[in-house]
Amino acid sequence: MKVLIFGAARDIVGKQELDFPLPSDPSVKSFRENICSQFPELKKLNALAFAVNEEYANDEDVLKNQDVVAIIPPVSGG
Amino acid sequence: MKKNIHLSTKPLEIQTCRDFASGNSNGAECIFIGTVRNATQGNAVHQLHFECYESMAIKEMEKIADQALIKFEILTITIHHRVGTLAIGEIPVIIAVGAAHRSAAFDACQFAIDTLKETVPIWKKEFFEDGEVWVSAHP
Repeated sequence: MKVLIFGAARDIVGKQELDFPLPSDPSVKSFRENICSQFPELKKLNALAFAVNEEYANDEDVLKNQDVVAIIPPVSGG
Repeated sequence: MKKNIHLSTKPLEIQTCRDFASGNSNGAECIFIGTVRNATQGNAVHQLHFECYESMAIKEMEKIADQALIKFEILTITIHHRVGTLAIGEIPVIIAVGAAHRSAAFDACQFAIDTLKETVPIWKKEFFEDGEVWVSAHP
């Protein structure tokens, strides 16, 4: 899966983009747990949302290999 | 055209937004202009840097405009947001709404900026004398 990383989350991960293996349980929740255990500082953010193919995702959504997942730290536009 | 969405690295133009919002059926045009403030909680801010997830940010701005057109009695809505590095006093966001009556224009404008701040994937970093911070990222 292609993973895009923005803002404070990118500073933590150190990269704008990652190629991440599809978790054996391919849910967004399990991806969240995997990425947070690899980069524990992500847990210190106020909130962490995920988007799949440019739409906000729920924890129970199922990921596929060709999906583009985005890691979305708290937004602060305006 | 009922809605106009724009994300740009170039300075935003108030008149352009007003032109999109204008129309002979309007009795009111409400224009919200967000500006870069020189301080946060007493600390002097020198500049802001905005970054975005461009394709998704445009989609989310479109959704806000569509919702506003359904939710309120308005005729047009324009949402322009800037990204990149902005100095104090510059304009990161303009929302312009045209409506027959002012209350719907005010309400739609408020709804659009409040929702934008909650859902649109844009991030701002504040630059201080002694460092930089992503806004709202950490407790």
